[in-house]
Amino acid sequence: MKMYEEATVVSVKEIAPLIFDMTVSAKSAKEAVPGQFAMIYPKNPSTLLPRPISICEKSDDELRFVFRIAGKGTKEFSTYKKGDLVRILAPLGNGYDINALKGKKVIVTGGGIGIPPMLELLKTLKANGTEVLGIFGYRDSVLFLKEDFEKFGKVYIATEDGSVGTKGNVLDAVKEHDIDFDVICACGPMPMLKAVKNFAGEKGKDAYISLEERMACGVGACLGCVCKTVKKDVHSHVNNARVCTEGPVFDAREVEI
Amino acid sequence: MNTKVSIAGVEFKNPVTTASGTFGSGMEYCEFADLNRLGAVTTKGVASVPWPGNPTPRVCEVYGGMLNAIGLQNPGIDVFCKRDIPFLKKFDTKIIVNVCGKTVEEYLEVVERLADEPVDMLEINVSCPNVKEGAIAFGQDADCLFGITKEIKKKAKQPVIMKLSPNVTRIADMAKAAEAGGADAISLINTITGMKIDIERRKFVLANKTGGMSGPAIKPVAVRMVYEASHAVKIPTIGMGGIASYDDAIEFMMAGATMVAVGAANFTNPNTTVEVVNGIEEFMKTHGIEDINEIIGCV
Repeated sequence: MKMYEEATVVSVKEIAPLIFDMTVSAKSAKEAVPGQFAMIYPKNPSTLLPRPISICEKSDDELRFVFRIAGKGTKEFSTYKKGDLVRILAPLGNGYDINALKGKKVIVTGGGIGIPPMLELLKTLKANGTEVLGIFGYRDSVLFLKEDFEKFGKVYIATEDGSVGTKGNVLDAVKEHDIDFDVICACGPMPMLKAVKNFAGEKGKDAYISLEERMACGVGACLGCVCKTVKKDVHSHVNNARVCTEGPVFDAREVEI
Repeated sequence: MNTKVSIAGVEFKNPVTTASGTFGSGMEYCEFADLNRLGAVTTKGVASVPWPGNPTPRVCEVYGGMLNAIGLQNPGIDVFCKRDIPFLKKFDTKIIVNVCGKTVEEYLEVVERLADEPVDMLEINVSCPNVKEGAIAFGQDADCLFGITKEIKKKAKQPVIMKLSPNVTRIADMAKAAEAGGADAISLINTITGMKIDIERRKFVLANKTGGMSGPAIKPVAVRMVYEASHAVKIPTIGMGGIASYDDAIEFMMAGATMVAVGAANFTNPNTTVEVVNGIEEFMKTHGIEDINEIIGCV
């Protein structure tokens, strides 16, 4: 039987306003691949549902989550201290197909709170010799995780207010630097993912995008977190794939967003 | 010590099942919960053809519970018979198939398709608040409920449970209408219609505007309705609504339920069903209860 586990908090710190960086020690870390997520269960008894949080980085025995306070659950996680126990169910979802990206020129891009899961992806692609670079979009000059990404090579930045890097979004940065690529992997707000899907489509390139949706169970049973797909989905055959199970990473050609 | 209960001649090893829609067809949860330990698995609603369900967001949390407006997304009866029934047959548990439809004919089509399938009971969903046609329309009017129950009973080979909506003025009248129509059992409560508004965006949180509320916050309402409904009829009642632990389950049985179902609590802890079974056994031991049937409706 698979079961959630009681992970132990190693550290929690605020790395930008309302954005927290939490590392936990967890057995399930070993199996995790880039792009997967964890369900984290708040302790507050008025909360019923676990919170889906993307995996930012992993080792054999630790998982790192970088999340923004968005409600009661994430607020509670931000108060955890070293040594606290936290119930998690991980790893969940499909993650990126690393082998399919091998030998290609890959852009890894993230926007806002969609940036964290791209760290493990960039790191893994670098480690297996894939030609990869990162482009990240922020609102302003608060560039959380930038230094973590820079450990693995050149990183381009775009900011909405133009305070750092390209003024505009991540695609404006791709155009400004005239970056050549075969595949673009993206996580971020829906307008960004739509733009990435269209941009890759126009250029005839591949894009893999990581979707977010409100979830209840996280294991494919409740059918809460579906997205529209071009092909019939495996569960209900109604072109509604489950983000938690068939996703969260999809070939952009296969989803209607 | 006896934990067996029976409804309409079907014997269950214990009184615990799953609430339709919270457990898929068991496949997604079998890694987390040993289905062999459950009295029955009650499946997600199945219609005559695949249904796409509602737009997203479909779920959100509220204080002590959640709202859902899935809209009965399901693969339709053909895929269900080919994939889900054979899967569930691998386990030593009874199968209750939840049936949904938009018209009487659609319900009957599913009921007839299931006639020769190896399933133990049918639960007729006339109480989903999240689809526009059918469903709850049959469950909020006593005459309609009586009519559809009668039609289904003419065709059904398995015993029929009518799943009742709490969104009615007098639940006892609905229970009586189901009984008069020939139902073998009733189950309640389905979710209570609710709403949540995002005050920052000035928008409804759910795409469907309203959703069905479930979770611990609705339990007292459910216990009261199970008490009223079960005392209005002679047929057995399956009680549900906010059950998250064995003591909740015992409370429903004391109110009059022969069986109980675990719903939204599966999301909080995927092994809740099995923990409820274990807890009931423990409660019986510590309280010297020889037969679980002793406590049904004992208050």
